Amino acid sequence: MSYSSDGPWARFRADFAESRLAMIGLALLTMVIVIGLLAPVISPQNPYDLAQLDVMDSKLAPGENSAEGKTYWLGTDDQGRDMLSGIFYGLRISLGVGIASTVLALAAGLVLGLVAAYFGGWVDTLIMRIVDIQLSFPAILIALILLAVLGQGVDKIVIALVTVQWAYYARTVRSAALVERQKEYIEAARVLALKQGRIVFRHLLPNCLPPLIVVATVQVAHAIALEATLSFLGLGLPITEPSLGLLISNGFQYLLSGKYWISFYPGLALLLTIMAINLVADQLRDVLNPRLRK
Amino acid sequence: MTESPLLQVEGLRMHFFTKAGIVKAVDDVSFTVGRGEILGLVGESGSGKSMTGYSVLGLIDPPGRIVDGRILFDGTDLTRLDAAAWRRIRGNRIAMIFQDPMMTLNPVLRIDTQIVEAVRAHADVSRETALSRAREALVRVGIASPDERLRAYPHQFSGGMRQRVAIAIALVNSPDLIIADEPTTALDVTIQGQILFEMQKVCRESGTALIWITHDLSVIAGLADEVCVMYAGRFVESGPVADVLVRPMHPYTRGLIDSVPSRNARGRPLHQIPGMTPSLLQLGSGCAFRERCASASRQCGESPPLREPAPRRKLRCFHPAP
Repeated sequence: MSYSSDGPWARFRADFAESRLAMIGLALLTMVIVIGLLAPVISPQNPYDLAQLDVMDSKLAPGENSAEGKTYWLGTDDQGRDMLSGIFYGLRISLGVGIASTVLALAAGLVLGLVAAYFGGWVDTLIMRIVDIQLSFPAILIALILLAVLGQGVDKIVIALVTVQWAYYARTVRSAALVERQKEYIEAARVLALKQGRIVFRHLLPNCLPPLIVVATVQVAHAIALEATLSFLGLGLPITEPSLGLLISNGFQYLLSGKYWISFYPGLALLLTIMAINLVADQLRDVLNPRLRK
Repeated sequence: MTESPLLQVEGLRMHFFTKAGIVKAVDDVSFTVGRGEILGLVGESGSGKSMTGYSVLGLIDPPGRIVDGRILFDGTDLTRLDAAAWRRIRGNRIAMIFQDPMMTLNPVLRIDTQIVEAVRAHADVSRETALSRAREALVRVGIASPDERLRAYPHQFSGGMRQRVAIAIALVNSPDLIIADEPTTALDVTIQGQILFEMQKVCRESGTALIWITHDLSVIAGLADEVCVMYAGRFVESGPVADVLVRPMHPYTRGLIDSVPSRNARGRPLHQIPGMTPSLLQLGSGCAFRERCASASRQCGESPPLREPAPRRKLRCFHPAP
């Protein structure tokens, strides 16, 4: 009778593990997250504490020792900041900003998209036209304008990223919900006279989640890249709390004079993080799409 | 004096106001269902039988609207109720079972969640009480080991089992009336027989009235007390099942009965009703069936009045069979 003896979760894990590349991505992503979480513990230096920085140590090459005999494995930047510590803390900020803005944008887009699909009519028209307008502008443009108005800071950049991203989720949720809404179980829920909110959030929402999970994982990568871009342009975070984008930007001017490491290692960290997320997202898309399932 | 019937639908008109014009999905339909009685609502696809069911539940979405008629349920006119009052009746005193058991249960929620939710939407009871009612309901529809089944997800059930669960959800609040919209069409014949038997038994035991919407006359023959035939959104003929099926008066009803393959006419070509169901958009006045009817005359261009040619028989036709 039972469709499969090992529940849906075990099947999901088995399907996911089929791709070795995705497993590498997952391992990489886990490592990056652990580094981000433990940055204050594992970093050799607190890169935000200016008292710990020594200008005498600036622009040291990877592996060089400081005057006190401390080894900088990835070198230092122009302020004598240890690149390794800078990258660890930068990852922490990039991941935090990426995940926080994705979660908030997801929540906002989810509610608006569901409401639009379920109630239809002028509510749907209003919400979706706003989405259309939003999506017709390049994300970077909206973010730039917002940050120019709001100023710098982690909270400001999260606000900017949420504003840029919610429309993607609203559109994805709406299209999924429009299909689900036609199904008889929603009609059956209405026949039972369940409360509207309950039908929308308990019955409709969980059935719309699979495409959203995929979009959300891809969007985390986008958010991180966008944050790095904004920081690179000097609009994101204050110079005292460098994220990966700001570290790259700091080293940019020394790139041609042979001091490649100031930009290169943060760039590599950014690349690996985004690649890991995309590998995981790709496999999630394949696993969660019943049409691609063998 | 006899008590008033449980459900009395009088002159119900439900129209869809589309861009292409007004679609008269239900056009002047009347029938009654007594307490504990089983009414078969028969018609082809698009004859408005499902829409009649939805109208009784107040689940007509725009652009559809009930434009005329009364739906008297236990003495109150449902068409005059506000949304809150509808909600107290829907799912509680009137329940519904749908056609496709694969779709009518939410795939991501466990069976217990779905039944408990149905109970607690209408009764202020604890989860435990609701759960024990859910278990009882599953037993009533013939599901073995209900405790194990309650913790399962819909995909772990076969079609027949899912339809039983859907029936259990409909039954769990002990409604006065259940509207069943072709609930056995998607099932194979042996399961269909079991479900029909189960439904009949449960309705007889609990005195629940039933409206069974179907296109399958053989199902009606074995199940219903009364039958009401619809064509193109309009009322055609009604009466006690045995009477209508043996002596159909309306040419359409006769055509439907003749279309059922029979052992007595083996080897001979089946009868069929010529032509197709008319588009509800272009339907003028007069009898909707006249284009396909062998006994149609010029008179049929006018709307035939409602007649009672025999006790408990009602009919709209100028040329009834004797």
